[in-house]
Amino acid sequence: MEEEKKEPKKKIKIALYWAATCGGCDVATLDIEEKILDVINIADIVLWPVAMDFKYEDVEKMEPKSIDVCLFNGAVRNSEHEEIAKMLREKSKVMIAFGSCACFGGIPGLGNVANREQIFKVAYKDTPSTVNPEFVTPQTEMMTNGGEKLTLPEFWNTVKTLDQTVDVDYYVPGCPPTVDRINDAVGILAKFAETGELPPKGAVVAFDKNLCDECERKRDEEKKIKRIYRPHELKEIDPEKCLLDQGILCMGLATRGGCGARCVNANMPCRGCYGPSPEIKDHGAAVLSAIASILGVEDEAEMIDIGTPEEVEELLNQVKDPLGTFYRFTLPSSMLKRVIIKPEKGGET
Amino acid sequence: MATEKEEFEPLIVGITCNWCTYAAADLAGTSRLKYPPNIRLIRVMCSSRIHPSFILYSFARGADGVFIGGCHPKECHYISGPEKALRRIELLRRMIDQFGIEPERLRLEWCSAAEGAKFAQEVTNFTHKLKELGPSPLRGQ
Repeated sequence: MEEEKKEPKKKIKIALYWAATCGGCDVATLDIEEKILDVINIADIVLWPVAMDFKYEDVEKMEPKSIDVCLFNGAVRNSEHEEIAKMLREKSKVMIAFGSCACFGGIPGLGNVANREQIFKVAYKDTPSTVNPEFVTPQTEMMTNGGEKLTLPEFWNTVKTLDQTVDVDYYVPGCPPTVDRINDAVGILAKFAETGELPPKGAVVAFDKNLCDECERKRDEEKKIKRIYRPHELKEIDPEKCLLDQGILCMGLATRGGCGARCVNANMPCRGCYGPSPEIKDHGAAVLSAIASILGVEDEAEMIDIGTPEEVEELLNQVKDPLGTFYRFTLPSSMLKRVIIKPEKGGET
Repeated sequence: MATEKEEFEPLIVGITCNWCTYAAADLAGTSRLKYPPNIRLIRVMCSSRIHPSFILYSFARGADGVFIGGCHPKECHYISGPEKALRRIELLRRMIDQFGIEPERLRLEWCSAAEGAKFAQEVTNFTHKLKELGPSPLRGQ
């Protein structure tokens, strides 16, 4: 048996890295269960901080382009993330932005509503559990009493996506990417290992249609909502009926499909983690446009009343936090990228 | 500082609907009405054609203000355009406020094809307002 099993074709080398992320993408990678053995069959892992004990120096010593595929999850929040992203780009033939944070900034990207000073103030001073009368915050370097220099990465004002930092070949969105889509990505790796073939650059491992296309709920022909509800405000959510028709803000109408509609199947609205549908440049603007135009519009066929300014005001007041709702996963990749903070409140980017 | 502000010439992107406000601008021109030259007009078929991303893009590229013009509600060539535009622009004004851009930098006005004078007046008012506000925080970035 041993003899029959020839030395497999040259294994590909893959690196998995995490930057500003919760670690969920790495856990999701393990969720592919026995398929992980396929990965091991075709690939040698050369870096995976969450699971294996390789050091940055090991990668640093490698030749440029000696890693075949790098799966990079997490947004770029500090100087270490950028340094490693650049190093991995140099060493890798293929760079994959894995997960919503690497693709669009993700939840850590919401940090762009504040700057470093503000974040430090909350994290190291204002939180009730913090006692820090001297307001000590992380420094990039310090000398110990023994004369040893210690360094920490520099925390930035603005969170960046991976493709704002280095050239990215493919995108696997999702928070985290679903098992099916990770399997698709593994399939691409397997094909690459076997034949050297790759999909066209910039490909997104998800569907080209939006979530509504996947969603099986029944929709009204003419959408209209007069009142917005948060899921807990409704006694019962009809599992058959479109969530938007029930007044729940669902981002599926401008969000890329491919997730299997898991949230909406569990009676929870889509929050947009798969990012904008193809051709949409700005996710938040697209959702805002769609949601605003179905608010309170009664009957298209009739000449409808536009409503008094107060009525429109009241209608729109129901959208509590437009920026946080519509850009939940995509603020750093949006057109404006971050909130502008006036210099007197603390330095701008 | 005051003199500096007086010298500041805001850059306004105007996006107007084919049937009313663009025609109003035309009328203002043929009537030889004077209004500040700060506005750059772009014609679209309907005010509801104006995607919020057009406006965000203008701001991201350094526009000091964005002027949206459409038909009066109930006078829309496409029936419900202004109703949709109003909701979008009002919600967007709240959102750009969160982004740190003054909501006054985004203005929505209805001018019918006969209201050339109103158009000239609104553009003048808006230009003055923007001169008061000063350059957009995103200018030159």
